[in-house]
Amino acid sequence: MALLTPSIGLIFWMLIGFGILFFLLSKFAWKPILTALKEREQSIDESLRQAEKARAEMSQLVAKNEELLNQAKEERNKILHDAREAAEKVKADIIDKANKEAEEKLRQALREIETQKKAAIVEVKNTVGLMALEIAEKVIRRELQGDNKQLEYVKNLAKEAELVA
Amino acid sequence: MFAPAFTSLAMKLPVKYTLKHVFTALFLAFSIGLFAEEHTEHSAAETHGHSEQKFDAGKMIMEHILDAHDWHLWGEHHSAVSIPLPVILYTDKGLDVFMSSAFHHGEATVIGKYSYRLKDNKIVVVNQTGETDEAASAKVLDFSITKNVAALFISIILLLTIFLPVAKRYKENANRAPSGIQSLLEPIILFIKDNVAIPNIGEKKYEKYMPFLLTVFFFILINNLMGLVPFFPGGANLTGNISVTFTLAAIVLIIVIVTSNKHYWQHILAMPGVPKPVLFILTPIEILGFIIRPFVLMMRLFANITAGHIVILSFISLIFIFGAMSAGAGYGISIFSMSLVVFMSLLELLVAFLQAYVFTLLSAIYFGSAIEEGHHEGEHH
Repeated sequence: MALLTPSIGLIFWMLIGFGILFFLLSKFAWKPILTALKEREQSIDESLRQAEKARAEMSQLVAKNEELLNQAKEERNKILHDAREAAEKVKADIIDKANKEAEEKLRQALREIETQKKAAIVEVKNTVGLMALEIAEKVIRRELQGDNKQLEYVKNLAKEAELVA
Repeated sequence: MFAPAFTSLAMKLPVKYTLKHVFTALFLAFSIGLFAEEHTEHSAAETHGHSEQKFDAGKMIMEHILDAHDWHLWGEHHSAVSIPLPVILYTDKGLDVFMSSAFHHGEATVIGKYSYRLKDNKIVVVNQTGETDEAASAKVLDFSITKNVAALFISIILLLTIFLPVAKRYKENANRAPSGIQSLLEPIILFIKDNVAIPNIGEKKYEKYMPFLLTVFFFILINNLMGLVPFFPGGANLTGNISVTFTLAAIVLIIVIVTSNKHYWQHILAMPGVPKPVLFILTPIEILGFIIRPFVLMMRLFANITAGHIVILSFISLIFIFGAMSAGAGYGISIFSMSLVVFMSLLELLVAFLQAYVFTLLSAIYFGSAIEEGHHEGEHH
């Protein structure tokens, strides 16, 4: 049957024609097309990966920012707290110091008074001693004059001493 | 009763897998059915034709399906208008080259190294009395540019004019979105790459086979489509010609033999892990399978395309058969016939894509099996 009989001529031309077509298409069509498709696939892949990376970096950055902000807030709070504490301390110190100084001054004043008092007493004693000596001198002198009159005189002297003192 | 069980079974299967495989299986089955159907159609048309003196449907159909030495455009016998094609004859005495118009539609004898005459579209050597000289005819090899060879060249030029500018565009801007005809072809190229080559040949080695798969797919597709065009430069039944499908299948077989690995031959000649007595049965079957696979590739494409042409031509023949009985019947049947022709043509359009796909897919599976590595235990990744 003619339908099923292969013809040598057509097989020959088919081999040549298909061979040439295969060669030309492989070299000038399929190679650039497949390379381009592969390249495009790779570039899309690469872009996606980069986008993913950028997104991760972004989220990381946001987290970092938040952390920094939190840190800053904490630090601010700490600084405020510290400042308040320091102020408190300074205040207490000043008050303490003032108190101490006042006390010291008071004590000094008291000491002064004591010293003065002692000095005064010593002076009084000296004066009294001298007076007693003078009195004794006068009494002795009077005694040499009369009894009654001496007695009276002592009395008068005593009176006088009282006044002087 | 079975319906619920079937539904649950269908639901268990992954949808993508089922759809794709059902699709392929359906069309393989369908195309075989179509071929069988057409043969009865064809014989029916033939008997009709024989009863009719003037119009022989079988002869007309065969003339359209078979190769020819001129490209018939219109008209019949003496008034036929056709494009003459070069005849190239390689004889033991040397080359004979002349135009097919020298035969005057088979009525004239051409004298070259021998005396040639056109009989049933075949060139034969005749003696002085006009009888065929079989012995001399055997010495003459016909390398003529026939209708099919011309169609082959046209399709090659067409493919080159389509793909070379597209490739140029890819070279110029690889990373841009496709435009124009590029956007039509790119999904097909990607489909062959992602759904035909990679799953059947494997991620590692598919690239080596891509040029052949793409060339064969687009070659078959464009010739299938051109075969559906009823006027010049279409109309040649190139992919429905056994020589063409034979050549394609032979190329596939050669690629398989050249690229196949040890494992493949081991499986054919001595299947590992099979007891010796069984091998006596299995090895002949495997060897037979090795030959049958390319043979089936050849027959499937040839049968499908030829069958489609026969059906369409049969429906057209009906008009002339009935027209010969009475003009009214001819006009009446033409409405029915033409609607069927349109329907069949649409179907053939689908078959054109499908057969190109099936040939490419089966080639890819064949290549894949030839380079498959042995599955050693514990080597699963």
